[in-house]
Amino acid sequence: MIAILDYKAGNLTSVKRALDHLGFPSKITNSHEEIRKADKVVFPGVGAAGKSMESLAELGLDRLLLELFDEMVPILGICVGLQVLFDSSEENQTLCLGILPGEVRRFPEKIYSDTGDLLKIPHMGWNAVSFESDHPVFRGIPEGSEFYFVHSYYPQPADRNMAVGMTEYGITFASAVALRNLAAVQFHPEKSGSPGLRLLDNFCRWNGIL
Amino acid sequence: MLSKRIIPCLDVRDGRTTKGIRFKDNIDVGDPVEMGRYYYEQGADEIVFYDITASSERRPIMLDVVRRVAETIFIPFSVGGGIRTLEDMRDVLLAGAEKVSVNTAAVLNPDIIRQGAEAFGSQCVVLGMDVKKVQVSSKIPSGYEMVINGGRTYMGIDALWWAHEAERLGAGEICLNSIDADGTKTGYEIELTRLISANVRIPVIASGGAGEPQHLLDVLNQGLADAALIASMVHYGTYTIREIKNFLSENGLKVRSSW
Repeated sequence: MIAILDYKAGNLTSVKRALDHLGFPSKITNSHEEIRKADKVVFPGVGAAGKSMESLAELGLDRLLLELFDEMVPILGICVGLQVLFDSSEENQTLCLGILPGEVRRFPEKIYSDTGDLLKIPHMGWNAVSFESDHPVFRGIPEGSEFYFVHSYYPQPADRNMAVGMTEYGITFASAVALRNLAAVQFHPEKSGSPGLRLLDNFCRWNGIL
Repeated sequence: MLSKRIIPCLDVRDGRTTKGIRFKDNIDVGDPVEMGRYYYEQGADEIVFYDITASSERRPIMLDVVRRVAETIFIPFSVGGGIRTLEDMRDVLLAGAEKVSVNTAAVLNPDIIRQGAEAFGSQCVVLGMDVKKVQVSSKIPSGYEMVINGGRTYMGIDALWWAHEAERLGAGEICLNSIDADGTKTGYEIELTRLISANVRIPVIASGGAGEPQHLLDVLNQGLADAALIASMVHYGTYTIREIKNFLSENGLKVRSSW
């Protein structure tokens, strides 16, 4: 069973529906007992980093996530679920979980396209991810596949080797990161058509070992 | 770089799509769920459902449609039509939509935008704008006025002012419909789209007037739109989404070309 962490962070049901479609049993839950019994954990998120950290702390899920990471349970972070894995976020100057070294920053106010147009923030819509390593979760996804993004903040891992997927939007940022038994993406695989479903399928089959 | 989005719009009445659609023999052409899946498989970047009946007693039918669509398509989809309250928004989002579009209710009660953005995040809240070209005046300095009731009621509100105001209140996106161009198939209102898109920082979806791929190219280039809504040009099988995207791509626009 795959636990989808429930900490009141937006549209959790869309992840569940994608896993249902792929045929993997899952449960939306914040029960420590159930999460501990799960083979894998999906850590989704929509909304602000500050509020997310508050909810996680209230439910004791912050500590639980650190323990699961240490115990080598496969974890997939999505969107804000990726962002709060880092040390800190510029969004409301939030101190985050610190599982991944690095910080989450806001897109600069003035970023431009190749043709010189001022880019809009949030970064919303379909954009390409170039995967730079042969990681089990990102395997078999065709080069140049596009994924659906909605965000105003982006991760800046302290260690360049953690960035396994890169995306360009005025700047080049790490849109997929991985460390040991943890993989995390800034985009929404559950809303990204077949490449996204492939990624989720890969994760559901991954034992957390590289 | 972001791809320009191509978004089919389905008008739903009593849980059925209102326009007959000519694509495949094995599809129930009136079933919005089948059609949603068809467009998903054809490469739509997003899908919009518009409940054109939208009275409160019909809401449960639409929620059932939203629920069934959410089970079969794995791209964003938004739902609009008759959304009046925070509860309406919550119902649609819980049923599985990513975004909810407010139009008339927001003009009458702008605070619904702020409430929706606060409760669900700006990315969920799309402002639908129905706009008509009018004489430039001190009240309507942009020459574009907000209308409701399908263009019958003029609101005395400047469209550009309203777009700014909605952005300030927390709208995450604007779906900009030109009542003058709507249904004409002679092209989008480029001037209007450019005016709004150049003056807000949130994405703008152009709507109304699409009849051929060139119209999309024009509004995405000159109109500075981030996305284009299409209806009859794909509903009647005149073009496929693939054909439209190929055309745009051949003309230098970045679109999502594999799915």
